[in-house]
Amino acid sequence: MSTARLIAPRWLPPMVGLASVVALLAVVELLIRVGLINRFIVPLPSEVATSFARVIAEEGIFQRFLQTAWECFAASILLATFGITIGVVMHRLPLLRRACETWVAAFASAPLVLAYPLFLVLFGRSTTTIIMLAFLSGLPPVILKTLEGLSATRRVLINVGKSFKLTPAQQFWKILLPSALPTIFVGIRLGMIFALINVVGVEFLINFGGLGQLINELAERYDLPGVYAAICFVILVSVIFFVVTERAERWLRSAA
Amino acid sequence: MATVSTSNRLASVPTTEPAILVVDDLVMRFVTADGGVTALDHVSFGVKPGEFLAVIGPSGCGKSTLFNIVGGLLGGYAGAVTVGGETISGPHASIGMVFQEESTFPWRNVLDNVGFPLEISGVPKRERIERARHFISMVGLDGFEKRYPSELSGGMRQRVSMARTLASEPKILLMDEPFAALDEQTRLLLGDKVLQIQQQLEQTTLLITHNITEAVQLADRILVMTYRPGRVKRIVDINLPRPRTSEIVSSEPFGRYVAQIWNDLREEASRGLSDAETRPLRTHDKPQGQP
Repeated sequence: MSTARLIAPRWLPPMVGLASVVALLAVVELLIRVGLINRFIVPLPSEVATSFARVIAEEGIFQRFLQTAWECFAASILLATFGITIGVVMHRLPLLRRACETWVAAFASAPLVLAYPLFLVLFGRSTTTIIMLAFLSGLPPVILKTLEGLSATRRVLINVGKSFKLTPAQQFWKILLPSALPTIFVGIRLGMIFALINVVGVEFLINFGGLGQLINELAERYDLPGVYAAICFVILVSVIFFVVTERAERWLRSAA
Repeated sequence: MATVSTSNRLASVPTTEPAILVVDDLVMRFVTADGGVTALDHVSFGVKPGEFLAVIGPSGCGKSTLFNIVGGLLGGYAGAVTVGGETISGPHASIGMVFQEESTFPWRNVLDNVGFPLEISGVPKRERIERARHFISMVGLDGFEKRYPSELSGGMRQRVSMARTLASEPKILLMDEPFAALDEQTRLLLGDKVLQIQQQLEQTTLLITHNITEAVQLADRILVMTYRPGRVKRIVDINLPRPRTSEIVSSEPFGRYVAQIWNDLREEASRGLSDAETRPLRTHDKPQGQP
């Protein structure tokens, strides 16, 4: 058999991916229509599809989408800046690392969103509250993955740097950081997932801002197709951020 | 002990031409859980400009320790290493190291890997690319400039590492079993490449190896080390004609040299083997006096 027959064309995987989503929705549609799933709890996928036009026209979805995306973006910038910096400092100071790594990891699993009343007192019912909560809940994975990536730098690469008499700064920028970058980006992606969940969750809870607030409102009106349509826009935010981080990672690796 | 080291020094440092690299009475001890191990015991030798010296010994004779000390990566020893009369204390600009393990930067393509030392020393981009291309072609990797290490075979990656070290134009090339992870055929062919490069650059080279054919194929002199503690057992002059190629391995004098070196090594290797069977080697022992 020739190898050409084994290699699938480029368009095939995304098409199969799309087909699997359509198939899943068709199954759900069928289960609802035969009455196995209660249509007052889960709306028909076809109804959700038709509600997109209404949600876009009547609910100012683009402005809300931008609002949520902006909060997520601001939280991500804070995450990356502080997470990587703290990770680097902890890698540099072994004492600090030994002292703090465990509780940073514990912090990662803490349901920080429950502290939202405290943030409301501190920052008011505002975008700042949403961004700060999202930032703090996404911070631990960035710190931990930065630490992990830096510590996993292969000894021989550090020795190559030493043999070329690199300064400590060059050793960091030219060897440690690019070597750790893939792991750091795993942390940033994880942090962004936490951040997005918290952005939408807090918008929902404090009934303020973008897509989370819209979902809250639509749910109160019992507009279930609308709720699911709005959730699709939340997923879109997440997809865009994933694509952007992937590009950023590739660019940074090639620039190092 | 003192007499051994003196005689070693007399035998190894050539009196006619001054050595560019001198290892003088090197002693290195490691602290282990059950006391201490002497890795290097009064090791002395010199490498003349343009000479190819191979250091051969069984596993555990302190070859890698020697590599790390000469490369300036390891301290805490007694004795001295001098380059052109200057005692080293850390990595020296005149010494270029090629490591045993895969050491290319996976995030840089071949051109940027090889251009790395030039980038560090601030060579302008255009000149850097030109010089990197020169060394890439020297190791026979023309056309692979834009490839990443993950797209290359083990032998090609090792050539990238070698080109990267050569690009820093070191006075002395220090190699630690650079072809140990490769198959025998690739190893012989890369040996040809090394011979060719050495001829072209008149490169002073110190090769650490455990491979007898590789040592005889490449070297002008071979220093045979004893098993722990590592001492200089003998230095053998290899009077095979240059320029050489891997064809030399089928010649009769080549076979005689291999037999002679194996004769010297066999006793050491079997001591190492029986030692390894009774007391497994710890790999993370610390040098004495180091934190």
